[in-house]
Amino acid sequence: MTARGEMILEQPSADTLKVILSGDWKLGGELPGADKVQQRLEGRPGVRNLVFDTRELTSWDTGLLTFLMNLGTLCSRQKILLNRDGLPPGAQRLLELALAVPEKTDARQAEGRVSFLAYLGNQTVELFRSAGEMLEFIGDAVIAVLRLLRGKAQYRRSDLGLIMQAVSAQALPIVSLICFLVGLILAFIGAIQLQLFGAQIYVADLVGIAMVRLMAAIMTGIVMAGRTGGAFAAQLGTMQVNQEIDALKTLGISPMEFLVLPRMLALAVMMPLLCLYANIMGILGGMVVGVGMLNIGFMEYYNETAKAIGLWNLGIGLFSGLVFGVIVALAGCMRGMQCGRSASAVGDAATSAVVTAIVGIIVSTAVITVLCNMLGI
Amino acid sequence: MTEKEAHITVQDLTMAYGDFVLMRDLTFTINRGDIFIIMGGSGCGKSTMMTILIGLKTPAKGRVLYGEVDFWGADQQTRDRIIRRAGVMYQSGALWSSMTLAENIALPLETYTDLSPGQIREVVKLKLALVGMAGFEEFYPSEISGGMQKRAGIARAMALDPEVLFFDEPSAGLDPVSARRLDDLILELRESLGTTMVIVTHELASIFAIGSNSVFLDVSKRTMTATGNPNQLLAETRDPNLRQFLTRGEKS
Ligand SMILES: Nc1ncnc2c1ncn2[C@@H]1O[C@H](COP(=O)(O)OP(=O)(O)OP(=O)(O)O)[C@@H](O)[C@H]1O
Ligand SMILES: [Mg+2]
Repeated sequence: MTARGEMILEQPSADTLKVILSGDWKLGGELPGADKVQQRLEGRPGVRNLVFDTRELTSWDTGLLTFLMNLGTLCSRQKILLNRDGLPPGAQRLLELALAVPEKTDARQAEGRVSFLAYLGNQTVELFRSAGEMLEFIGDAVIAVLRLLRGKAQYRRSDLGLIMQAVSAQALPIVSLICFLVGLILAFIGAIQLQLFGAQIYVADLVGIAMVRLMAAIMTGIVMAGRTGGAFAAQLGTMQVNQEIDALKTLGISPMEFLVLPRMLALAVMMPLLCLYANIMGILGGMVVGVGMLNIGFMEYYNETAKAIGLWNLGIGLFSGLVFGVIVALAGCMRGMQCGRSASAVGDAATSAVVTAIVGIIVSTAVITVLCNMLGI
Repeated sequence: MTEKEAHITVQDLTMAYGDFVLMRDLTFTINRGDIFIIMGGSGCGKSTMMTILIGLKTPAKGRVLYGEVDFWGADQQTRDRIIRRAGVMYQSGALWSSMTLAENIALPLETYTDLSPGQIREVVKLKLALVGMAGFEEFYPSEISGGMQKRAGIARAMALDPEVLFFDEPSAGLDPVSARRLDDLILELRESLGTTMVIVTHELASIFAIGSNSVFLDVSKRTMTATGNPNQLLAETRDPNLRQFLTRGEKS
């Protein structure tokens, strides 16, 4: 038989309040709260004792205990003596355990609401701080590269090999797909315009130059930012959570050399190669449209492309690829190293690595383009 | 017994996270060859104390001396050089998860010694055998249990025969027999190599069996309330909190 938990308040004498509990005091049911007692007490300031009668209580669990804890704080606030004798023995003992260690009151207080101006100020300070951290990280990375050049850097060759494999061969399918399609799309859009003038053959120039000089590098960079930058951040972030990075530091091994350097090196070497491959895929995509739809001869298309591209364009494209590779690696590793010590922090690190890398890629594209313009190449 | 020589001296140390002060006014000395126990309730800041001693976290106030050198006053290079002579076992094990146990233990050896690969393999085998994990060389940290990760962490900390070893709760999660064997190992390392041990532990049995010196961090007072040989502390203390800790709260 289950009866709902009920509470009756009685006042056998002027300074004593009796709490009579009956039925099932279990979590989930609707139980009377401590506020009922408080209301009752408000009318009668003379009450000094609180006693219990639980003979009608059929069963209880945490529901009863939380009620009693609330009563306890209420009583201590109003300086009322809480007499536990009437309670079930089990509940008495559990309460005693719960109250054995005093509540920690000097722990950090929860952050209150901050005003908009304070928020803005904090964010600005944070921005400067993170910019400083970024510069510091880049500086450390440069030092690590210098040590590498002097042959003093500590890292494992086998790690380098594994990372190189992960950022090159394993990225080929997605890079192929995306760059092929980008080439195809560029050709389509160009074809519609160029057909108006009967200049279809220049589709080859359009696709060739766009891919080789810029698009292949950008698309590969963005793919790698999502694929590899995020993975780097998650790897290093998890190592941070597990104190693996602390373990490296106390051993006197620089995480910068041991973890960041091989990742940076792998991407710096592999990105230009990936770009080269992406160029070919993009041109193939354009060729499918040119040869298949615009009826340009295969050799004709090939020759026109070869004529258009030129060494400078290729050089700029590959150089951009190298820069993007370094940016993706640095962004991923930096966010990973800055990661907090929780699972959600690892997720945040991965997200922010991808965002940082993509922003970096776009900004550096702009810089490279402006520089090339100024140099006239 | 030979004359005691201070190895690590902590003076007037305050530990804090931001403006949240964990412990203040900590002053004690760890002598060379001590088995020094850091004890205190859960969450009182023992692990934090260790991170300060091994150079991972800056103290809010106070000094840590290694011999005569002011650890936190020195530059990064000096700190690195000092801490390279220490071995650390973290509360979570902190094994490098992308490497096998053998590679974990070999890395410090490869970095700081000129041993040949064959010699390194022998050392690795010995260290794993010392913690009762012979034959686990080729396992990855994710493939062994929590207690085994701890022991592998100890093996890695011992790889270079350091002057001072820091263990954060080495016997938590170990069965009684392994825990006992670990105590024997700690005593033996001290006897034969003269290693200074700094150990965070709650294990009363091992505190009394191996501890030669200790400090007690009291959460309620936010400072240390006693330092000295644990057996002596038990015999002499009048502090109810310390007595409760050392007797598991049982009434005598
Ligand atoms: N990164 C952090 N930021 C803020 N506070 C922290 C941080 N790490 C730990 N603390 C706080 O510091 C206190 C001490 O933590 P610490 O890990 O040093 O305890 P401990 O004595 O090692 O406990 P245990 O015996 O359970 O391992 C805890 O109360 C915790 O709230
Ligand atoms: Mg701890």
